[in-house]
Amino acid sequence: MKELKLMKGNEAIAEAAIRAGADAYFGYPITPQSEVLEYLMAEKPHERTGMVVLQAESEVAAINMVYGGAACGRKVFTSSSSPGISLKQEGISYIAGSELPCLIVNVVRGGPGLGTIQPSQSDYFQATKGGGHGDYRLIVLAPSSVQEMADFVKLGFDLAFKYRNPAMILTDGAIGQMMEKVWLEEQQPRMTEFPEWATTGKKPGKERNIITSLDLDSAMQEKFNLKIQEKYREMEENEVRYETFECDDAEYLLVAYGTSARICQKSVQLAREKGIKVGLLRPQTLFPFPKKKISEMASQVKGILSVEMSAGQMVEDIKLSVEGKVKVGHFGRMGGIIHSAEEIVTALEQKIIGG
Amino acid sequence: MTEEIIIAGFGGQGVLSMGKILAYSGIMQDQEVSWMPSYGPEMRGGTANVTVILSDERISSPILDKFDTAIILNQQSMDKFEKSVKPGGMLIYDGNGIIRHPERKDISICRVDAAEEAAKMENTKVFNMIVLGGYLKVKPLVKLENVIKGLKESLPERHHALLPMNEKAIKRGLEIVQKIHEVNS
Repeated sequence: MKELKLMKGNEAIAEAAIRAGADAYFGYPITPQSEVLEYLMAEKPHERTGMVVLQAESEVAAINMVYGGAACGRKVFTSSSSPGISLKQEGISYIAGSELPCLIVNVVRGGPGLGTIQPSQSDYFQATKGGGHGDYRLIVLAPSSVQEMADFVKLGFDLAFKYRNPAMILTDGAIGQMMEKVWLEEQQPRMTEFPEWATTGKKPGKERNIITSLDLDSAMQEKFNLKIQEKYREMEENEVRYETFECDDAEYLLVAYGTSARICQKSVQLAREKGIKVGLLRPQTLFPFPKKKISEMASQVKGILSVEMSAGQMVEDIKLSVEGKVKVGHFGRMGGIIHSAEEIVTALEQKIIGG
Repeated sequence: MTEEIIIAGFGGQGVLSMGKILAYSGIMQDQEVSWMPSYGPEMRGGTANVTVILSDERISSPILDKFDTAIILNQQSMDKFEKSVKPGGMLIYDGNGIIRHPERKDISICRVDAAEEAAKMENTKVFNMIVLGGYLKVKPLVKLENVIKGLKESLPERHHALLPMNEKAIKRGLEIVQKIHEVNS
């Protein structure tokens, strides 16, 4: 039976992970996501499911613990906020280069540098274009409610294991700190059997499993790169997720994810009261990006406005999807400021309709 | 029905927990709810606020700058949020420590002197429940029985002995709230 609770987004992630049968969490505190670690410590999942919760000595240590746990075929995850995620990038690249599954949660705060602890969406490039070195991608999920914070934990683990690739939940301080109703899934047992690639000890008559991201033979390394690229194309084919709101008769389109998408729903209502037929497309996966749907919408609407709490990052992917068919603009606030619903309508009028 | 509320005051007045109880009460009558606190540097300097939305429909933006109801518990919050009440909306405030009283004529204004009442009850901790009672009287959107249920849900079990005292405070709030100014919304 599902259970109804009122929870913060950060708490929902923690509880959903316990219930998804996670084996371990390794993290280091940073605002605005410390509730993930705090909730797990208070909840003592070791007593419920045997799950390990460990506060590492640093972000770098935490991601390398994730690397180790993932190499053993375990369901492991970590969470942090922007500056902490930057510190984890080397490890994330190694995990992707070793084709290991794990879940990484980024509760984004304003940057660059230490920036601010208020919400932001300025880590889109880092999350979707490969924040570490090398040609790799993360599966990037963008929840816009506390319910999705919980749901995307299980989805993230499932996709990570399906593709042997790290998955990231890209959220922000607003959803992390906000409380909403959430239906929690029943407790799932932790895995008892592990994937055949996992380093669980050498079996008689079987070769050793070796987990590494190193291959000094360039021909082999290129072959490996082609293989993971193939995997990313497969994700683009099969794993695109999005939601549309008031799009059927839309003449203009807002594209927004996460907190911005929630505010844009209100902007759509306000604009429609003024007689502007506008709809909202909300990507739930940022990689793979809903290119096809945006391209389709570009044939229907007169203009598209990307709304992000950044200087304009996702707007580049929108432009690539639209391929010049219609005007694409960007509106966003930075440094932890959240745009108001009215501001977005004004931006739509000035930049797209009038511009 | 959608009710968009801001509760604002000093840290320690129970602003966030009052919002949480209200949100739980909404859940008890099958409403959609959201609870969005101010966090971080905004809270340093002593002010705390929370936006609570109760609705029969899916909630769009949890972050707002105009409200149906503002519950204001100190002067700084009065300065900041009196102007944020929608025309025809409701402002409820505790007169304790207020130097500049609300002046708008296009909104309803109610006063609940909860700090004074809590002192009379010799329990300053129930202050926020008296305020909540005042709100429930002038905006009866959530049934009292659901608030009591919500209170039970949001209090850890080890504190359940405090339930009767909180219920008493809510009921006291229902009695002492006074209408200062009324507009038809």
